[in-house]
Amino acid sequence: MTRLMIALTALFLLCTQAMAQDATVQSVLQAHRETIEKGSRKSIGAAIDAIAASGLPQAQDVLQVWAAKEMWQRGGDGLFFRGVEKTGRQVELFDFDSGQSVGMLDRDDLEQIKPNSGVRALIGTALVQFQLSDPDPIRRAEALDAIQRSPAAELLAPLRASIPAEPDPALKDRKMRVERLLTMAYDPDDQARITAIEDMSGDLGVDMRATLNPLLVTRIVLAEGLPATANIRREVKPGDPALGLAAAYDMLIAAGLAQPIPDAEARKALLIEHAADGLVAGIPLHQLDTQAARDAAYVQLAQAGLVPRWSTAEAPEVVVTRHRFVEVYNEPSAAVTEAAEQALDEIEMRVGLNQAFDLGLDALSLASIYFLAAIGLAITFGVMGVINMAHGEFIMMGAYTGYMVQQVIADHTLSILVAIPLAFAVTFAAGVAMERLVIRHLYNRPLETLLATFGISIAMQQLAKNIFGTQARPLTAPGWLDGAWVLNDVVSISYIRIAIFVLALIFLGLFLFIMRRTRLGLETRAVTQNPRMAASMGINPDRINMLTFGLGSGIAGIAGVAIGLFAKVTSELGSDYIVQSFMTVVVGGVGNIWGTLAGAAMIGTLQKGIEWLNPSNTLAAQTYMIIFIIIFIQFRPRGIIALRGRAAGD
Amino acid sequence: MSTLLEVSGVSVSFDGFKAINNLSFRIGQAEMRAVIGPNGAGKTTFMDIVTGKTRPDEGRVLWGERSQSLLGMSEAQIARAGIGRKFQKPTVFEDQSVHENLLMALKGRRGPWAVLFYRPAAADLARVDELAAEIGLADHLARKAGELSHGQKQWLEIGMLLAQEPRLLLVDEPAAGMTPAEREHTTAILVEAAKTRAVVVVEHDMEFVRRLSCKVTVLHEGAVLAEGSLDHVTADQRVIDVYLGR
Amino acid sequence: MRDSFVARHPSVLIFLALLALFTLGVTVLAEGFGIGLISTSFVKTLGKTMCLCLIAVAMDLIWGYCGILSLGHFAFFGLGGYMIGMWLMYERTRLIVEGSLAQGALPPTEQEIVAAIGTQIFGVVGSSEFPLVWAFADSLALQLALVVLVPGLLALVFGWLAFRSRVTGVYLSILTQAMTLALALYLFQNDSGLRGNNGLSGLQNLPGVEAPQSVVSLWFFWASALALALGYLLAAWIVSGKFGSVIRGIRDNEARVRFLGYSVEIYKLAVFTLTACIAGIAGALYYPQAGIVNPAEIAPIASIYLAVWVAIGGRGRLYGAVIGAAFVSLVSSWFTGGQIPDLALGPLTIRWVDWWTIVLGLSFVLVTLFAPSGIGGLFDLWQGRRHPDRHGADLGPNAGALREKEATE
Ligand SMILES: Nc1ncnc2c1ncn2[C@@H]1O[C@H](COP(=O)(O)OP(=O)(O)O)[C@@H](O)[C@H]1O
Ligand SMILES: [Mg+2]
Repeated sequence: MTRLMIALTALFLLCTQAMAQDATVQSVLQAHRETIEKGSRKSIGAAIDAIAASGLPQAQDVLQVWAAKEMWQRGGDGLFFRGVEKTGRQVELFDFDSGQSVGMLDRDDLEQIKPNSGVRALIGTALVQFQLSDPDPIRRAEALDAIQRSPAAELLAPLRASIPAEPDPALKDRKMRVERLLTMAYDPDDQARITAIEDMSGDLGVDMRATLNPLLVTRIVLAEGLPATANIRREVKPGDPALGLAAAYDMLIAAGLAQPIPDAEARKALLIEHAADGLVAGIPLHQLDTQAARDAAYVQLAQAGLVPRWSTAEAPEVVVTRHRFVEVYNEPSAAVTEAAEQALDEIEMRVGLNQAFDLGLDALSLASIYFLAAIGLAITFGVMGVINMAHGEFIMMGAYTGYMVQQVIADHTLSILVAIPLAFAVTFAAGVAMERLVIRHLYNRPLETLLATFGISIAMQQLAKNIFGTQARPLTAPGWLDGAWVLNDVVSISYIRIAIFVLALIFLGLFLFIMRRTRLGLETRAVTQNPRMAASMGINPDRINMLTFGLGSGIAGIAGVAIGLFAKVTSELGSDYIVQSFMTVVVGGVGNIWGTLAGAAMIGTLQKGIEWLNPSNTLAAQTYMIIFIIIFIQFRPRGIIALRGRAAGD
Repeated sequence: MSTLLEVSGVSVSFDGFKAINNLSFRIGQAEMRAVIGPNGAGKTTFMDIVTGKTRPDEGRVLWGERSQSLLGMSEAQIARAGIGRKFQKPTVFEDQSVHENLLMALKGRRGPWAVLFYRPAAADLARVDELAAEIGLADHLARKAGELSHGQKQWLEIGMLLAQEPRLLLVDEPAAGMTPAEREHTTAILVEAAKTRAVVVVEHDMEFVRRLSCKVTVLHEGAVLAEGSLDHVTADQRVIDVYLGR
Repeated sequence: MRDSFVARHPSVLIFLALLALFTLGVTVLAEGFGIGLISTSFVKTLGKTMCLCLIAVAMDLIWGYCGILSLGHFAFFGLGGYMIGMWLMYERTRLIVEGSLAQGALPPTEQEIVAAIGTQIFGVVGSSEFPLVWAFADSLALQLALVVLVPGLLALVFGWLAFRSRVTGVYLSILTQAMTLALALYLFQNDSGLRGNNGLSGLQNLPGVEAPQSVVSLWFFWASALALALGYLLAAWIVSGKFGSVIRGIRDNEARVRFLGYSVEIYKLAVFTLTACIAGIAGALYYPQAGIVNPAEIAPIASIYLAVWVAIGGRGRLYGAVIGAAFVSLVSSWFTGGQIPDLALGPLTIRWVDWWTIVLGLSFVLVTLFAPSGIGGLFDLWQGRRHPDRHGADLGPNAGALREKEATE
C-alpha cells in the first residue's frame, strides 16, 4: 500500500516535470501502432525501445500497464488507454498522459492488447532500467534480484547507466557486483570480460560460480568438420569417462561415418525371423543355446545376404579408433574460457579450504552432541563402573519432558527454560530410583547390570510408545534460535548448533566444578578409588553412588531436551544415540572427562570426515566408523586417555 | 651352579612412581631364595615382571641355559617355559573340584586341540592322587575348591604349582593366614620342592624365612638392599633401618 | 571318575530322550502326517524355536561357560541365513526364469539365464548385475560350506582383534554390539549386494521340490531337531572335559589360567568361532522356515534378547539355555500374536501386544536381581542342590564369573 502511494507521488512529480516537453506518450504509441497491434516478438523491440527511450515520465507506467494486459485500444480512433473492467462489459478508460478518466466504453468497441509471454519478457527487461532508478530502494533491490534470477545481455547497458546516480552505497556495491557478473557473461568486448573475470577471481559467491560455469560448458563432437575457429578444450579418446564407446559410435552413425550394427538382442530377433521348420541357416534351433552357435548361424545368414552384415572384426571399439573426438567450449573466445578456467580453479581451491573449515564446524557441533549424550554415561560408566543401557531412554525422557512442557507453556523461550531444569529433575529422580531398586544390587557385576538396564530400557521404550504413540512429537526451538550464522556462501552454522556447543561447554565446566571444587566431587572420587576406605572415613558410599547416578541421568535428561530441538522426538530417540555414546566413552577412555571430550571430538570428526568422502551413503559411513573404532581399540585398548593403575582392575 | 633366571637393570614406573628401580637378581638351577622387604618394596611387582604380567620400562630378563629373553613372551608362554607362580591371595578355580583344579594344572600339552581330546591317562590320575596326598587334600578331591578353608586353598594352589612341574617357582606370601602347624607343612613342601628346582619365596614372617634356611635378598624401594644369609642381612645396619628396626 | 560320558552327564540323555519324544509327537500330530492337530504354521514356529534353542546353546557356551557376554551372535545367525538364502533364492529364480525363457523361439544361452536371474533378484534395488558375493550362489554345496565359513571367518577376525588386545568385560560386549550394528548397517545399503533392506525372500520354497509346505515344514522341523540334538551333544561333550575346565577357569579367573600356561586368547577365539559357526547353522535352518531374512534381523537388539533368553533359562547349564530360549520365544509369540484377551483395568486397557515388551523387560530385571540361576535353578531346588554361602562373593574376579546364586555346592 505504502509502496503504491510512493509510486503515485513520484508519478505525480514526474508529470509536472513532463509539461515542458511537447511529445506525449500517446504520440509515441501511435508511431508504433502497427507493431503494437501485431504484437510479434520479433518486431516489437523497436516499439518498446521507443517508449523506454522517450524520456517521458509516463513511459514506465505505460510499459507496466502493457505487460499487465491492461492496455486497451479504442476502436474508433485507434488511441491507447489504460482500461479498468467494470461490471456489465463496461471498461473505464484512463488517458496515459493526463491520468484522467475519459469515460466508459463497451467492450465491443475496444480491443484489449494482450502481449504474449515473449513480448512480456521484453517489456520486463525494458522495465528493469526504470526499476533500477526507482526512488524506492526496495524496488531497486528487487530489480537486481530479477536480473540475477534471469540475467540477459540487454540488461547490461541499463544497469551500467544506473550505477553513477545510485545514492544507496550498499545498493551501489551490489549493482557494481552484478555489473561485473553481467560483463563477464555478455559484454561484446572479450577484453572487458577478461578484466571482469580477473577482477572477481577468488570470489566465493554462489552467483560468481553460477556465472562462470555456463562460460565453461563444453560438448564432445567429432573433430572432422569442425570450424577452425572452434574453441577446443582437449582431445577425447573413446572410452574416456566423458565419452563412452557406445556414445562415440552413435556419433559416427549420426555423421554417416559408420553403419549401425545389430546388437546381440537384435541379431537374436533376426535369427528368429528367418527361422523355418525348426531350422535357421540350416542349423537346428535347439542347438542355438550358446552365443557362439548363434553368432555362427547369423554369419551364415549374413553371407546369404538375408540380414545386415556383422562380424566380430567390425566391432565399434575398432571403428571408433579411426576418428578423432574433441571437447569444445560453447563459448567461442579462448581467452575468456582460459581466464574463466583459471578463476574457477582459484575459486575451487578457496571453496575447498572454506569447505574444510565448514566441515570442521560441522564436526565440532556433532562432537558437542555426542559429548552431551555421552557425558552422563561417562559419569555412570566411567566414575562408577556401571554400564547403563537405559541411558538412551533417559535422553528420550528428557526430550518428552520438553515436549510436555511445550504443551502447557506456549512461549517457546520460556518453555525451554522451564523444560531444562524439569527434565533434569525428572531424569534425576528416575536415575535415583533405578539405582536404588536395581543397580545397587549389582555392583561388581557389570555384565548383569548391562542386561538388567537393557530390560529397563526396552520397557521404558515400549512405555513411551504406548503413551505417546509412534509418530514423532515436535519440540520447537525458540524463534531466536532459528536461522544460521552465515560467514559466506560456503561456511555457515545454525544457531541451534552453536547453542548446543555452548551447552556442552557449560556441562564440561559444571562437571569439572563439581568434581574438583565441591564436597560431593571429592567424596565421589574417594568412593571411586576405594569404596571401603572411603566408607571407613565416614563417607556414605550408598549416598554418593545414588547422587552420582542421579547426576549422570539428570544430565542425560538435559541432553535430551537439547537433542530434541533438532532431532525427531520418538521413543527411539535414545537408541539412536546410545551406541555412539558408548563408543565415545570407550574410545575416550573410562573415568576421565577429558577422555570423553577427546572421544566425542574424534568420533564427530571421523563421522563427518567419512560422510564427506562418501556423501551419498551415511549408512556406509557409520559402518566404516565402527570398523575404525574396533581397529582403534587394538592400539589403545583403554581409550585415548588411559588411566594406568591398580584401581583399573588389578 | 649355572644360572636359571637373570634379571638385570630392570626398572618400571607407574604414573611416574618408580616401583622397581634398576633391580638385578639371579638364581641358579636348584636353589631356594627368600625375598623380604617392607610393604610396597616391589616384591610382587618383581614377580609380575618375571611372569610377564607387567612389562618393564627397561632392563633384561633372561631365562634358562640358552639365555632366552622373557620380555617378548606372553604370560602363558612364560608359564609353559617353566615358571610357576603362586599369588599373594589364594587363587584357585572356586567353581571346580579339587580334582579338576589339579588336573588342569598338570603338566601336559596346553593347545586347545590337544586339550579338547584329552582324556586323563592312568598315570595322570595317579599323579593327581599323589599331589593331593602331598598337600593333604586327598579326602577332598571331589569337593569344590570354593568350599575349602583359606589354608587349604593355599595348599591347593601350591599343589597346582607342583603339578605344573615348573623349573622355577615364585611363591608370594604362602604362609599368610596359616596356623603354625600348617606353616610347618608348607615349609616342608617348599624345601622338598627346592631340591629339584629353583624356588623364590616372598615372605614377611622371619620365623618362616629362618626355617627355610636359605639365601635372603632384601628389597627396598624397588632395588636390592642386601643379599646373603639371614643372619648376615639382619646384621646389616641399613636393613635394620628400613625394615627390621621399624 | 572314569565312567562313560553319558553316565556322568545323565541330563544329556534325558534331554535327548525328551527331544526325540517331542519330535515324534509333533510329527504324528502335524498336518503333513495326516492327523492335523498341529497346523503347518505352528510346526514352523516349533521348528524355528528349536533353531533359537540351538543358538541359545551356543550363547551359553560363550557366555555361561566362557564368560564372554557376546552381543553379536545374532549377526552370525543372520549371516548363516543369508548364505543359505542366496542359494535358495538363486536356484528358485533360475527354475522360474528357465521355465519362462523356454517359451521363447530359441533355447536360452547361459548368459541370458544369468542375466534374467540377476534382473529378477536385483530389480528391487535397481540393479541387475550379480555382485561378487553371489559367486557361489549356484552351488548348494559351496553355499552350505559358507553357512559355516562366513560366520566362522568373521568371528575369527573380529575375535582375534578383540581378544588380542585383551578387551574384556563390558568393553568386549559393547564392541561385539558395535560389530553387529556395523554389519546390519552395511547390509541395509542397497549396494551391499544382498538386496538392502528387502533382504532375501521366498526362502520357504525349496527349489525343485513339489511337496506341499505341510510336508516341507516337517522336514525342516526334523532337521532343526537333529541339529539341536547334535549341537547339544557337542556342547555337552566340550564342556565336560578338560577343555570345559579351562574355559570355565577363563570365565572365573582368566589371569590364573594364563599363569598355568594356557593361551587364554586362543581358547576364547576357539570358543567364539565355534559358537559363531553353530549360530550360522542355526540361522541357516531358521530362515527357510521364516521365509525371509533381512538386515533388521541382525540389529543389536536381537543379540541382546538372546542373552536375555539364556539368562532367564539359567546360564552355565546347557538345558537352561534351551529352556530359556524355548520358553521366552514361545510365550513371546503367544503374547504378541494377539491371542490373549485385553485386560481392562478401569480406565486403562492393557493390550498385550503393546504391553508384552514391558512385562518382558521388567521380568528380566527381576530374574537378574532375584533368581540369577533362572528357570534352571528350579531343577536345583527339585534335586535339593544348594547354593554355597559365600557372603555374596562371586566365584572369581572376572566380570563373567559365576555369582554366588548361580553356583551349586
Ligand atoms: N599396576 C600398578 N599401578 C600403580 N601402582 C602400582 C601397580 N603395581 C604396583 N604398584 C605400586 O608399586 C609399589 C610396589 O608394590 P608391590 O610390588 O605390590 O609391593 P610389595 O613389595 O608389598 O609386594 C607399590 O607402591 C604399589 O602401589
Ligand atoms: Mg606384595
